[in-house]
Amino acid sequence: MLTSPKAGPAIPVILVSVLLAGPVLAGLLGTVLPAFGYLPALGHSGLSLAPLQQLFQQPGLVTSLWLSFATGLAASVLSLMIVLLFVAGWSGTRTFRHLTRFLSPLLSVPHAAAAIGLAFLIAPSGFLVRLVSPWASGWTRPPDVLILNDPFGIAMTMGLVAKEVPFLFLMTLAALNRPQIQEYFKAGASLGYGRVATFFTIVLPQIYPLIRLPVLAVVAYATSVVDVAAILGPTTPAPLAPRLVSWMNDPDLTYRLMASAGALLQLAVSAAALGTYLAGERLVATVSKRRLVTGHRHLQERTARYGGLLVMVTIIAAMVLSLVLLGLWSAARSWWFPAVLPQAWNVMRLADTLGMSLGLLGTTVGLACASAFIATALTLWLLEARDHRKSSSSRRLKTLVFLPLLLPQISFLFGLQLLFLSADFSGTFVAVLLAHLVFVLPYAFLALSDPWDRLDPRYAKAAAAIGASRARIFWQIRLPLLLRPVLVVLAVSAAVSVGQYLPTLMIGAGRIATVTTESVALASGGSRQAAALLALLQLGIPLVGFVLAALLPALLHRNRAAMRLER
Amino acid sequence: MKRKLAAALGLLGALMTPVASPAQETVNDPAWQAVLDDAKGETVYFHAWGGEPRINAYISWAAREVAKNFDIRVLQVKVSDTGSVVSQVLAEKSVGKNSGGAVDLVWINGENFAAMKEQGLLAAPGWAQSLPNWRYVDVENKPTVVEDFTVPTDGQESPWGMAKLVFIYDSARLDTPPATLDGLLSYAKAHPGRFAYPQPPNFFGTTFLKQVLVSTAPDKAALTKPVDEARFAEMTAPLFAYLDDLHGALWRQGRAFPKDAAHMRQLLADGELDIAFSFNPSGASSAIANGELPPSVRTFVLDGGTIGNTHFVAIPFNSSSQAGAKVFANFLLSPTAQARKQDPDIWGDPTVLNVAGLPETEKVLFDTLDLGPATLTSDQLGPVLPEPHPSWVSALEEAWTARYGAE
Amino acid sequence: MHSNTETTGLILQTVALHLGGTLLLEIDCRIDPGTVLTVMGESGSGKSSLLDFIAGFLRPDFKASGKVLLDGRDLTPLPAQERHIGLMFQSPLLFPHMSVLQNLMFAIPATVRKKSLRQDMAQQALDDAGLSGFGSRDPATLSGGQQTRVALMRTLLAEPHALLLDEPFSSLDKARRADIRTQVFDAAREKRLPVLLVTHDEEDAVAAGGKVHVLDESGPGKGCA
Repeated sequence: MLTSPKAGPAIPVILVSVLLAGPVLAGLLGTVLPAFGYLPALGHSGLSLAPLQQLFQQPGLVTSLWLSFATGLAASVLSLMIVLLFVAGWSGTRTFRHLTRFLSPLLSVPHAAAAIGLAFLIAPSGFLVRLVSPWASGWTRPPDVLILNDPFGIAMTMGLVAKEVPFLFLMTLAALNRPQIQEYFKAGASLGYGRVATFFTIVLPQIYPLIRLPVLAVVAYATSVVDVAAILGPTTPAPLAPRLVSWMNDPDLTYRLMASAGALLQLAVSAAALGTYLAGERLVATVSKRRLVTGHRHLQERTARYGGLLVMVTIIAAMVLSLVLLGLWSAARSWWFPAVLPQAWNVMRLADTLGMSLGLLGTTVGLACASAFIATALTLWLLEARDHRKSSSSRRLKTLVFLPLLLPQISFLFGLQLLFLSADFSGTFVAVLLAHLVFVLPYAFLALSDPWDRLDPRYAKAAAAIGASRARIFWQIRLPLLLRPVLVVLAVSAAVSVGQYLPTLMIGAGRIATVTTESVALASGGSRQAAALLALLQLGIPLVGFVLAALLPALLHRNRAAMRLER
Repeated sequence: MKRKLAAALGLLGALMTPVASPAQETVNDPAWQAVLDDAKGETVYFHAWGGEPRINAYISWAAREVAKNFDIRVLQVKVSDTGSVVSQVLAEKSVGKNSGGAVDLVWINGENFAAMKEQGLLAAPGWAQSLPNWRYVDVENKPTVVEDFTVPTDGQESPWGMAKLVFIYDSARLDTPPATLDGLLSYAKAHPGRFAYPQPPNFFGTTFLKQVLVSTAPDKAALTKPVDEARFAEMTAPLFAYLDDLHGALWRQGRAFPKDAAHMRQLLADGELDIAFSFNPSGASSAIANGELPPSVRTFVLDGGTIGNTHFVAIPFNSSSQAGAKVFANFLLSPTAQARKQDPDIWGDPTVLNVAGLPETEKVLFDTLDLGPATLTSDQLGPVLPEPHPSWVSALEEAWTARYGAE
Repeated sequence: MHSNTETTGLILQTVALHLGGTLLLEIDCRIDPGTVLTVMGESGSGKSSLLDFIAGFLRPDFKASGKVLLDGRDLTPLPAQERHIGLMFQSPLLFPHMSVLQNLMFAIPATVRKKSLRQDMAQQALDDAGLSGFGSRDPATLSGGQQTRVALMRTLLAEPHALLLDEPFSSLDKARRADIRTQVFDAAREKRLPVLLVTHDEEDAVAAGGKVHVLDESGPGKGCA
């Protein structure tokens, strides 16, 4: 665009590579070696296949693999379908706007908190059963029915869907949020195509490339999730990821070799799920290509629209209700079946815990803000440099950036921990910050690269024509124009940072405690009150971020009509 | 034999500590004085399971006390699984970090201790007996304070509290609790879906297996030794016959299990279960006190005794504040700290000390404790069944998982 | 009030659009089959909103009153898909993931089931537009004028009962402009479609040859000249 130097790779590219690929690859190595029997600390210094053999002798391993694969894939595909159906049927309507307002903040709900709340909602002694007991159901004691932890992983799949729908929804919304797309909706309708048909035949093929990566990230995440699986998932046997964590923590230290081998297997499971998804994607594309031009204008319009709406409203209602229930629990003293509301309250404990958590809150907010700012700044720098050089290596860079999202965390965290330890760097704020960045940066990049690319290049050209320097164009033109997406990216990044459990625990060595590590520790004692309270704190921080991201631009741009166009 | 050794060690410990007026922290032992001097200004990272707010509150109290009296800063690192602490120390050892480790003191027992000991992840033996307050420890009547799951502690961990498997029930629903394992079985069959045990490898689930094993194994002596693969099937046959019989009547037909004792408490409170487990004889009283369980809740044990053990604090080999960790461990052993810990309103964890042998001024602290409505007296609690050798733990867990955990 | 016998064509019956409580425009007009009504006005005068209202896309924050009747049928309560109104935009909006021929086939009603017949119809339309060899091309490789012609054919293949033109010629250069404009108006006359053209170009209005309705800042005019 402007001058275009041809020297080696730009500084931000190198920086991001070192920051992302370095830890991930080193971490992987630290996992691969023990998987093949090399862990000198335990006196294993030769290579062998013993850990793999031991792994495959574990009872129920095949079931675990299948569960990880199937629940993860099913949850991802279901979430995507729900989001697409809802967007197809309702985009642009008043209903859509109202529900959007609910869905965005739900993104800040941590997985574990959502799962705890959901578990209390649907358990046989949970809120829904209490609502109808005993007056309508006749149950004076909870029925002995298997809802949570069912062997097929249905509850777990539902939990994942409830959590992934808001994420995919926002990603889809961002992809839709361009003027041209709205025109295509009109074009379809003026040719007589129904909303749903227009969306799937005309709009989706155009925006799908933009939401594909988030979907892949969801597949990778859902096939290797630990916390949701531990709360809602089956246990006889459990999916692979939670079993891995328990092997890692087994007092019998030789299990660690097997756990490393398991981490590699987890990588294979996630890869298989991703492969299956991509194959399915291709199949759908081929089949629908033939159907594209048959002229069928309605795809069971009404059923699709109201079905999509019903599912979406149910998900939002379940999530909101779960959060309200968490709120009640945090102040409850006794709340036994079949009472619909707590029988006794204890607000003092709420105040106590809050008081005790101030230090934690400080660390958590510190980490969240620091990693959000660094990740966003690096992403902006990277994007600016890429534009400046019209770099063709952006595809490779993209793969690099998303590596931490597509690889299951546990497959390289143990190795990462060793890396930090050998650098004598673990247990410090900076070390944890670096570890967070590995996971925050991809999300920042994911959320920011699209708005950046969509920014009309003519603004920069116009500024350059007036003689503005590259720096001035960035600070005075691009950044202000991108204020809203940048703020949203800051909020998303902060939310991702707050949600990190294993990295904080393993790199922080316990010396860096956050609201999240604390709430998992408390949840291990099963105290719903304490867990609820910290879960609320945990979701409060990113929520503040999202609210600020929504309010600030409105305030700053209150006299700029064109800046308020979005949404 | 082992018990004799333990007693001898205890005696040795007592000899090493000159008799002194216990109420005061005046020190005539120059070695200990050196430790106290070393410890001044140190920060001790105490990695302790953080799942129970009451315990966390007790630890902060203890931290405040040592800060006041010994100028030591103790920070509790709340962990969800002690295994992750073992992992941390192991990871440090594997990169050759032999000092300046992240863990200064860890709350531990059983197989975690056995693993750390075996892998050389603990500070040198003997420090526990060198603590001034060791002289009050009831080595004679509580042999588990020096033998953790049959593994000699060798002074590499200092006892903190006593645990004994007890059962909690709601007297409003269950009139006469069963008194034997057979009674438990017939109760479960008569009330299908109202009994459960946490899923091994959860500590409480494994303890239930051990309880049945200890009561039914054909050769009890074999349990104190490492597992003999050849005889494992024979030894566990009665256990699995019992479980096979029980599983059809379990909560959720044994297709899902409670996660841990706290989850069981919750399920008991909600009326999903009729019986919950605890390792704390006054656990039920504490739960009544904080509104977690209804006031009608009571405790029972099985005839012939239940499994019991001791939990400890240990110092890793690369702890960065060994002196401070010792001073804190010593404080945790003091009669004041132990008495406060035994109070059900605070925590309710039984003491490791020999209360009868304490000086009058300290003894009264224990004698005046109100143990709560649902706590059994020490007579009612019955005998303590010793833990089998730690190798049984993973053997049982693996066998259980193969049989029930992977359908 | 219009009498019931006069039901053919597109009738805008006392239409008024409000945004945030202020009146944006008012119009009361009738467009006979085969004729063009040109609506002119500065940007911001509500031209596009009027088209959105007629086609059924009005954003929810607008308030509208009045009726739209097409061949005697009240369109106001109907969703956009059922109005049978063909819309041409400022940009041709060819679907980038389909070939030129597929773009056309997409518009042919599903009642034409045979694939070969659908292809023939699309090909015929291409021939009519003078773009015979372009069927398998990527729409992005066509010139602006060619794209607009394909867009017109696509609109007509869907068998609309009326045409709305939202400055479809504005992006074309002067030479092509007259050409394509003629093509569009001829097609509409031939198919006896009522046409509403929105533009700010005097030439367009002259070429259309029909009534002209001007929306300007001096206050919304209501009637139809």
